[in-house]
Amino acid sequence: MSPPAGQPATRKRPPRQPALEREHSLHLLREMLRVRRFEERAAEQYSLTRIRGFLHLYIGEEAVGVGVMQALTPDDAIVATYREHGQALARGLPAASLMSEMFGKATGCSRGRGGSMHFFDISRRFYGGNAIVGGGLPIAVGLALADRLQGRRRVTACFFGDGAVAEGEFHESLNLAALWQLPVLFLCENNEYAMGTSIRDELAQPDIHLRAESYGMPAEEVDGMDVIAVETAARRAAEAVRADPGPRFLELHTYRFRAHSMADPDLYRAKGEVEHWKERDPIALFEERLRKAKLLSDDDLAAIESDIAAELDQAIATAEAAPIEPLEDLTKDVYTLVAG
Amino acid sequence: MSTVKLTYREAVRAALRHALATDERVFLMGEDVGGYGGAFAVSLGLLDEFGPDRVRNAPLSESGFVGAGIGAALGGMRPIVEVMTINFSLLALDQVVNNAATLRYMSGGQLSVPLVVRMATGGGRQMAAQHEHSLEAWYAHIPGIKALAPATVGDARGMLLAALQEPDPVFIFEHALLYPLEDEIDEEPCAVDIAHAAVRREGSDVTLVTYGGSLGKCLAAAATLAEEHGLAAEVVDLRTLRPLDTETILASLAKTHRMVIVDEGWKTGGLAGEISAQMMEQGFDLLDWPVQRVCGVEVPMPYAKHLEEAALPSAERVVAAVTEMAF
Repeated sequence: MSPPAGQPATRKRPPRQPALEREHSLHLLREMLRVRRFEERAAEQYSLTRIRGFLHLYIGEEAVGVGVMQALTPDDAIVATYREHGQALARGLPAASLMSEMFGKATGCSRGRGGSMHFFDISRRFYGGNAIVGGGLPIAVGLALADRLQGRRRVTACFFGDGAVAEGEFHESLNLAALWQLPVLFLCENNEYAMGTSIRDELAQPDIHLRAESYGMPAEEVDGMDVIAVETAARRAAEAVRADPGPRFLELHTYRFRAHSMADPDLYRAKGEVEHWKERDPIALFEERLRKAKLLSDDDLAAIESDIAAELDQAIATAEAAPIEPLEDLTKDVYTLVAG
Repeated sequence: MSTVKLTYREAVRAALRHALATDERVFLMGEDVGGYGGAFAVSLGLLDEFGPDRVRNAPLSESGFVGAGIGAALGGMRPIVEVMTINFSLLALDQVVNNAATLRYMSGGQLSVPLVVRMATGGGRQMAAQHEHSLEAWYAHIPGIKALAPATVGDARGMLLAALQEPDPVFIFEHALLYPLEDEIDEEPCAVDIAHAAVRREGSDVTLVTYGGSLGKCLAAAATLAEEHGLAAEVVDLRTLRPLDTETILASLAKTHRMVIVDEGWKTGGLAGEISAQMMEQGFDLLDWPVQRVCGVEVPMPYAKHLEEAALPSAERVVAAVTEMAF
C-alpha cells in the first residue's frame, strides 16, 4: 500500500530542516525500500526472461525519486527518463501495472507498448518514461507553458541525468524556461556517469548547477543520498515555483549501485568507487538515522519488508496472469480513432 | 456565397487569425513570428492583434520549441508551431519522430498530441543547399503524424483549419514559391476535407500525380500536352502526403492507364517511388506503360539560377516524360 504522492499532511511540514516525525519518516523509508525491492525483483524477473529489452535499475538513487515526490501535489506533472521505476512507484503507479508493463501485458501502464523505459499514467500526470537523453526537457517546458497560458499554478517536475547536460535540448530548454519564466522544476540526477562515461570525461564544466545559474535560474546542489535533504530542497524549490512562476534547478548528487542496464558489464567503474558510494546507501543511512532517533524498531522494519514482499509477490503474480494485447490491436493508437 | 481575393500567404494568415480569434487554446510559436511577421511574412500584424503570449517569438531552438509545442499540446493547448524552413526542421526531428509521433502509441493510447507544425519547403528562390530542399517525404514516412501539402489558396487556409481539428500531430508543408499565388476563394474561413486527393484537371490519356509547388508545373504541362500533342492529361493533387489517398490515384489510373509522378524531392527513397510501388501492387493490370517519375535531381540544391532550374522538375520535363510514352 502506498499513499498518494504529495499528501496534504506532509505538505504542511515546515520547509527547512524538518524534525523527523515518525509517520512521515516511516513512509519515506517504506517508499525507498519499495523501490529497491521492486528493482531487485525486476532484475530477478529479467534473469528469468520474463522481462526483456532494456532494464535500467534505480538502486542507489531511491532517495532522489522518493524525496522529490513528497514535494509534488497530484496536480503537478512529472517527466522522467528511462530510469523511471522509482519515480513511477513513488508517484503512486501501482507496482502490478508496472510489472505487467515490463512483462509486455495489455494491463501494463502503457498496454505493453512501452516496457521498462516508457511508463505512462495520465491519471497521475506521469508523462513518461523518455528514453532519448534530454528529450523530455522540451516537453516539460511545454507542459509548463500550457499551465502558464491557462493561469494554472502547478509545477512540472522534470527528471534527467547528468548525461543530458551535454545535449543541446538541455540548453534550449533551460533557456526557454528562464526566458519565459515557466514553472518547471528541473531535477538533474547526477549519478556521475553518462552510461559508461564519467562526467569528467563528458562535461567541460562538471559543476552542473552552475550551468543553470548561467541561465539566470536559482539552482542548488543537494545530497541525493539523504532523503530528508532531497525532500527539503524539493519542497523549497517547488513552493518557490508555485509562488513565483519561473524555473528552479536542483542538482542531486547520487550514484547507481548497479550497472547502467542489465546489458552493461560495468567495466568502467573502479570497484573501490562503487564500494565507497555504497557506504552512503540512502536506505541504510536513513535507517540508521531513524534507529538513532528511536523512530524505527526491528519489528517496524520487518513489517515494512513483509508488506512490500507481499505487494511485489502479488504484482508479479498479477503480471504473469495478465492477458496480452490481442494482435489485431497492433496498429491501434498510432492515431486517435475519430468517431464518425 | 461571397468570395474574397487572397494570396496564399494571406490565406494562411486568415486561417491563423480565425483560429486565434475563435479558440483560446490556440497560440502561434516560432522564430520571428512576432514583430518581424514571420520569415515569409505570414504572421504579419498578428502580434498587434493577439499579443506576445499568443503570437510567441521563439529563440533559435527548433528542438526546444517544437518539443515545447508537444508539451503544450499535452497540457491542453492547441499550439501552431512555425519552423522557418524544412531544412531547419531537421534540428527538431528528435521531438517529431521520438515524441510527437510516438507518445500516443507508446503510452497505450493515453496521450494525444494535437499539435500543428507549419514550415516552408521547396526550391526556386536561389537559396542553395541549406534552405530549400523538399524533405516532406521524410515526414510522410512516419506513422503517428499526418503530412499536408496545400497547393492552392483555398487549401492554404482550409487545410490549416482542418489540421486544428485533428487530435494528432499534423505537419503542413507550404511551398515557398506559392506564397504570392493569388486566387478568389470563399469569404468564410472553414476547414476543408483532408482525407482526399483532388483531381485538378480531368483527362483520359495520362495521369500526372503531384502536390504542393509542382501542381502549377503539372497544370502547365497538361495545357501544353493538350495544345501541342493532343493528349488529355489528368492532374491529381495529392494534398495529403500521409495518409495517401491511394484510391483516388488508382481511380485516375483506371481511366488513363499511364502515370507520371512529379515531386521536387529526390527520387531515391522518395514519395514518387512509394506511389509507384503502390500502383504496381494495386494497379498492375491497369498499367499500359511503366510508371514514370519526374523528381528533383540528386544534388544538394545549387545556387546558380540555371543550375537550380535544372535540378528541379519543370513543365518541360513532365511533357517529355509523357511524350516518350507510346500511345
